[in-house]
Amino acid sequence: MNRHLPSSSYFRPLLCIDEMYVSFDTSLGRVKAAQNICLELHERETLAIVGETGCGKSVIASAILQLLPSNASVKGKAIFLGRDLLSLGEREMADIRGQEIAIIFQNPSLSLNPIMKVAEQVAEPLQIHRRLPRHRAISKAEDMLSRFKLGDKASPVMYPFQLSGGMNQRVMIATSMILSPKILIADEPSKGLDQSLARQVMKELAGIKDEIGASLLLITHDLLLAKEVSDRIAVMYCGEIVEAGSSAEIFDEPLHPYTKALLNCLPEMGFKPIPGSSPSMIDPPEGCRFYPRCRERLDRCLLSPKMIKVESDDGDREVRCWLY
Amino acid sequence: MAGIKPGSGPCAMSECFCGDGKDVRGMEKECDRPYHCPYGGILFRKVSIIGLVLFSSFLLAAIFSSFLSPCDPWDRFEPYLPPGQDHILGTNDLGQDILSELIYGSRVSLIVGFGAALMATTIGSSIGLLAGYFKGMADEILMGITDIFLMIPQIPLIIVLAAFLRPSFWLIALLMGSLWWTSTARVVRSKALQIREMGYVQSKRSLGFSHLHIIVSDVLPNLSQLVMPKFLLSIASAMIAESSISFLGLGDPSMKSWGMMINFAFSRGGFINGYWWWYMAPGLCITIFVLSIVLIGSFLEERDESIMGQQ
Repeated sequence: MNRHLPSSSYFRPLLCIDEMYVSFDTSLGRVKAAQNICLELHERETLAIVGETGCGKSVIASAILQLLPSNASVKGKAIFLGRDLLSLGEREMADIRGQEIAIIFQNPSLSLNPIMKVAEQVAEPLQIHRRLPRHRAISKAEDMLSRFKLGDKASPVMYPFQLSGGMNQRVMIATSMILSPKILIADEPSKGLDQSLARQVMKELAGIKDEIGASLLLITHDLLLAKEVSDRIAVMYCGEIVEAGSSAEIFDEPLHPYTKALLNCLPEMGFKPIPGSSPSMIDPPEGCRFYPRCRERLDRCLLSPKMIKVESDDGDREVRCWLY
Repeated sequence: MAGIKPGSGPCAMSECFCGDGKDVRGMEKECDRPYHCPYGGILFRKVSIIGLVLFSSFLLAAIFSSFLSPCDPWDRFEPYLPPGQDHILGTNDLGQDILSELIYGSRVSLIVGFGAALMATTIGSSIGLLAGYFKGMADEILMGITDIFLMIPQIPLIIVLAAFLRPSFWLIALLMGSLWWTSTARVVRSKALQIREMGYVQSKRSLGFSHLHIIVSDVLPNLSQLVMPKFLLSIASAMIAESSISFLGLGDPSMKSWGMMINFAFSRGGFINGYWWWYMAPGLCITIFVLSIVLIGSFLEERDESIMGQQ
């Protein structure tokens, strides 16, 4: 347990992922999508998992809720309020999904049933989990939608294809927040939305999250978005968490060479791409996963580095690198 | 349905620059237009309206037979009367009024058609839905059963069974219903396989909804556009099959269906003696009714395709 992410908040941990491994059996071989993931999500905080496409970020979210396809195998633990989510049965899991932990998927327009009015979709969790009668559920749903600026007469009776991507994203958020879950997982909420709209949606999401006192696990490849909204950041590379700490520190003083390289990719920092390409998840590099592309590599980087605590002002932070 | 893009069309623009409530109403007008008249040419739509009119007039005739028919179909008048004033479509060898027979016959033909199609569609879509949604073992077993049913030669089986059992139109409807669901099951399965991987099924699962609820409220409604034309077309083929079986003399002799009328006309010399009104009328009825169903069915299919093409 000593390798968990350091905490910068004073709240107790709500979700505690301990040494989680996720792999998929495919015809090409075993895809090791997530390796040795240790994360703690505290009450009321926002934790962002950042990393490039295909590094296994979304897999973590789906694994927590047992939403992975049948060829996936998950090892490890994810303790939520004293229960291990990874070993719960389908029925118990159904009670947790939506009520305790809600997830917002990428691509909002595809995540809504195209032939159901949006208010009905927002009302559905209330009808099913809270057993509210239809008309009361719908009026509550309309209240919820109005908080996301969809409160006029027309939009609740519209179908998802009549709304824009941003509006659909808000409908999705309203649907997942309506039962006041303790944890909200947002899987690439900014995908398919333009910059300004993504910011706006995130702001609304953060606002309502604070209001109901939920924690937010934000999964994104948008570094600036992560910087703006999150308290802590975990950087992932090729299925491993390589660095974690408070978001201000990670941006001010990145430790891991990958984090440094990632920050250099930002337009503000000079738009310098990382040389080489992402390694295969089926046959990952020996030792440090970033070794083939690293500028500061040493001979001992061919041995797998451990997550090490590093002293810092803002509580402690961790990095998986031999340099520290 | 498959191609809904985030922020498609003009809505994306108005949305991202002014997200206030007023714009939603203004946007509605812009967005509505492409979805209101998306399908086919005007001619195609007119033809399908003709189909609808024909279909509903046959339906009304079947429901209100007793009010519409000029006389009892079993009453006897002068035999072999050509169409004339007293009997608009003439009479048959027993002197029964052909128009009345036709109107009453529509009842039997439609019941057989609808009954068989309803049964076939229900069985087919539930098997296809379960196989496609649950995949894996359920899929293997259910599709195995479908394969077995596909191998049964259907018309010969119906002929054999109708010959051995007491011929009745209920039996024929039941047999057709329990044999003709295979193609529906196949089509529905493939669509259900597609729908189960859609984002909204995933997100409903992540909200903790049961499989039953997802099937009923998300998968099934999205299948309806596929099942409806299938249902209509199987009414048509069930009616044709019923007529052919009746024509072969394996139908229910106590019931006057259109097929039975042609059979009587054939076996009692209507063809040889040139009493064209006797066999022409039921033949035309079958043809027109099937045509009307095919028109509506193909209109529905075409419409769905063009909606998908647009998005």
